[in-house]
Amino acid sequence: MELTLWTYEGPPHVGAMRIAASMEGVHYVLHAPQGDTYADLLFTMIERRDRRPPVTYTTFQARDLGGDTAELVKRSIAQAVERFRPEALLVGESCTAELIQDQPGALAAGMDLGGIPMVNLELPAYSKKENWGAAETFYQLVRGLLKNSVPPPGSPKPTAGRWREEGRRPRVNLLGPSLLGFRCRDDVREVSRMLAEHGIDVAVVAPLGARPADLLRIPTADANVCLYPEVAGTVCSWLERSFGMPVVRTVPIGIAATEGFLQEVHRVLDLPQPPGDGAAREGERRSRLPWYSRSVDSTYLTGKRVFIFGDATHAVAAARLAAHELGFEVVGLGSYSREQAREVRAAAAELGLEALISDDYLVVEQAMAEAAPELVLGTQMERHSAKRLGVPCAVISTPLHVQDVPARYAPQMGWEGANVIFDSWVHPLMMGLEEHLIGMFRHDFEFVDGHRSHLGDGAPSVAPAVDAVHGTPITTTMATATATATLNATAHSPTAPMEDSAGTIRWSPDGDAELQKIPFFVRGKVRRNTETFARERGLAVIDAETLYDAKAHFSR
Amino acid sequence: MGSPVSVTPTGSPTVSPTVSLTASPCAEPPAAEVLRQDGQREVFCGLTSIVWLHRRMPDAFFLVVGSRTCAHLVQSSAGVMIFAEPRFGTAILGERDLAGLADANDELDRLVTDLLARRPEIRTLFLVGSCPSEVIKLDLSRAAERLTTRLAGRVRVLNYSGSGIETTFTQGEDNALQALLPLMPSSDEPQLLIAGTLADAVEDRFLALFERMGLPPVRCLPPRRSTDLPPVGRGTKLLLAQPFLSGTARALQHRGAELVEAPYPFGVEGSRDWMAAAAAAFGVDPQRVAEVLDPLVERGRRALEPHRRVLEGRRLFLMPDSQMEIPLARFLQRECGMELVEVGTPYLDRRLMAGELALLPPGTVVSEGQDVELQLERVRAAQPDLVVCGLGLANPLEAEGIATKWSIELVFSPIHGCDQAGDLAELFARPLRRRSLLSFA
Repeated sequence: MELTLWTYEGPPHVGAMRIAASMEGVHYVLHAPQGDTYADLLFTMIERRDRRPPVTYTTFQARDLGGDTAELVKRSIAQAVERFRPEALLVGESCTAELIQDQPGALAAGMDLGGIPMVNLELPAYSKKENWGAAETFYQLVRGLLKNSVPPPGSPKPTAGRWREEGRRPRVNLLGPSLLGFRCRDDVREVSRMLAEHGIDVAVVAPLGARPADLLRIPTADANVCLYPEVAGTVCSWLERSFGMPVVRTVPIGIAATEGFLQEVHRVLDLPQPPGDGAAREGERRSRLPWYSRSVDSTYLTGKRVFIFGDATHAVAAARLAAHELGFEVVGLGSYSREQAREVRAAAAELGLEALISDDYLVVEQAMAEAAPELVLGTQMERHSAKRLGVPCAVISTPLHVQDVPARYAPQMGWEGANVIFDSWVHPLMMGLEEHLIGMFRHDFEFVDGHRSHLGDGAPSVAPAVDAVHGTPITTTMATATATATLNATAHSPTAPMEDSAGTIRWSPDGDAELQKIPFFVRGKVRRNTETFARERGLAVIDAETLYDAKAHFSR
Repeated sequence: MGSPVSVTPTGSPTVSPTVSLTASPCAEPPAAEVLRQDGQREVFCGLTSIVWLHRRMPDAFFLVVGSRTCAHLVQSSAGVMIFAEPRFGTAILGERDLAGLADANDELDRLVTDLLARRPEIRTLFLVGSCPSEVIKLDLSRAAERLTTRLAGRVRVLNYSGSGIETTFTQGEDNALQALLPLMPSSDEPQLLIAGTLADAVEDRFLALFERMGLPPVRCLPPRRSTDLPPVGRGTKLLLAQPFLSGTARALQHRGAELVEAPYPFGVEGSRDWMAAAAAAFGVDPQRVAEVLDPLVERGRRALEPHRRVLEGRRLFLMPDSQMEIPLARFLQRECGMELVEVGTPYLDRRLMAGELALLPPGTVVSEGQDVELQLERVRAAQPDLVVCGLGLANPLEAEGIATKWSIELVFSPIHGCDQAGDLAELFARPLRRRSLLSFA
């Protein structure tokens, strides 16, 4: 038994629903009690879908349990087939039905479904979660449809240059994009466009928008692109083993990763590598991110402390991009995807960090507070945690909210994805020129010291709301105290001495005067650093010299 | 104890110049035919009511004993609103619990101990049963007793079922209130007991109005603090603020309370008659009642008027969901002039709905239960102007060109009372008004 307040992932049958709802012509009969239909709203509300997910629930009740729930399952299957005439049928159960052991898949196998392919989904609800359920469903469906066309063992693998022999353009499948995934719709468009520019066709995109008949065409491609390993990892490995189809595993998020992706695609397809060094490099030409990141306004991004948490794919990609392409300092990296924990740990190690693998959002929030970030890149959970801590945040991964399914074209992958990322990660931070001007005009009487920043919605402008030295979160009371002290100081009242267990520390008038010269948005941090410095040295009074000693001590 | 139901005298006192709503159910033939269908039910389970119950009682924690599905359901129906650490959570059963490798009771004790150490402000802990816990027959009532003893009065542990195999949506509140009932002290002191969660501001308003009419003490269930439970006994007159409290009403009657028959306090007339019925039950002079309520009625009608102009003559289809459908249909038909195509309800409690059913126009189609596919076929065939439905159906119907109103908003918004009647009507008028505003040509 495990206490959960908020979950990153739903149960595995919700993963199965994501596959069914992403596709056309697939129907899912789910043996589940009344109430489990709540899952429909994930699709109709978060994704704003204009139709119900293709799911028939048996919605059994307590009074059915004494009778024949198996009969109810069979009736539901028969009615769903009759009403929806699917091209493929998924049959499975949710957590409660798993306990009553009606085995709906076996029941369906014994029925005359008019030749419709049926996949029996056994998704253990008490040990697995949503992404696993999605991956397993996608795999079972592809395998179920293709198992009879697997070449016999020992057959020669298709060669990388098969397309050349067949006198056609090379083509790949894009596997993994699904509903309730992060920006999948736009990623598919961006990646397809990018491949087309290199003369590479896309054969099948699945599950998003695919029909069962499209899945049958998967082996006609020369390689599979595993766009979202959480959903497509299992099926790509099976296709590699069974059909000898190579897998492109680099996820094209960020400039380096996109170039790496294109190189991998070219290698796998036996195409000459895309040209270029320096300014001729495709990333330099096609995306604005490299120039925007080098431009002087971005200098202020240097060393910004960023905390990253999400699904493994997006978290790892974000960490590399943040560190190398934006010049941030990654101070925390983690994921709730236990299945991909190894990759996350490796990426964290590259950055000299220890990965946080957890699906307890309170543990994540605690780690976030301790890391004292200036920017959080996370899921909707981290957005809320960051809001509480007064730290700006950009959402980079599922679980998502309706606002993470934007109307505009906003991919994460490829060249345009890099542009989108630059904007959406940098926007929550104060822009460089603006930050400079605030410093310049801070002595003007028109300048209202306690003015509200757009950061952290209503948080007072005393950034950051965490003690950068100790990495301990400032409680609300403390943050308020700092804000109040800042306001008092503006009015030139003597700064109230801060007391704590280590003793009383007083600011001398010249020390206080010096402190007031520091821009308000870093003043809180400087004050705390200086007091820590003084306390460690047993100083009772802080004067201007102490302040500068502390500044030198903490400068990095 | 005599008859469990105390029916207000036929021809209940007319408290204002307007005609009273409290029609005697026996005096007229049943207004409605009931259509019963059994198929896929597109409704929430009782766990959903935690979303408003935990806000009502900030010193209570709701611990669902269930699966990841339960956790995901509560979270999804609440929206991902994690601005504060929630006062509800799920003890997720794992394979070890099911295989008997771990003693579920030991596990639950450990988890509750950790939870309460983290949340020392909690005074009442509800263990909420779910589909999986019911199916494996986990005895939460024994667990609650055991934990109450162990926690030695510091925290009271109660239990109820919010499972989908037994409850629909708002029935979760009915069960939660019944769990509180044994802790209510006994007293025969005269009092009015309002049962059903109301928005705090609405409740304050009702209390002030009842005080102005000179009623004896008025108390509410659930209370704002889980430990401030009202007493109950022979002096208690029970007034239901919500139409989904069948079990609670019965249990309170067993404790001596007398049920005041009244329509539910939706709309100007419904709210007026609801308050008047309570006043009449205490023998308050109708003149006094009229003095207090007539200005409210007049003002409420004025607030209703602009929305009535939008809604009048429009055809309404209510899908079953919150159990509020019948009283809402009554309000929208009588006070807003809407035509009723079909009034769906998850289940029909004829006793608690008798007064409301009698007020529906003869021939109104009331449907109980659901086969969602067949019901949607009826919607498409009827092409109503507005469908009240759950979130899973709203956008798909909008995409088919049919305007909708999400029903879940009705359990989160302050909609009770004369002063809220305009706001309540506005909730239904807004989708129609919006449609008339939008144009992309």
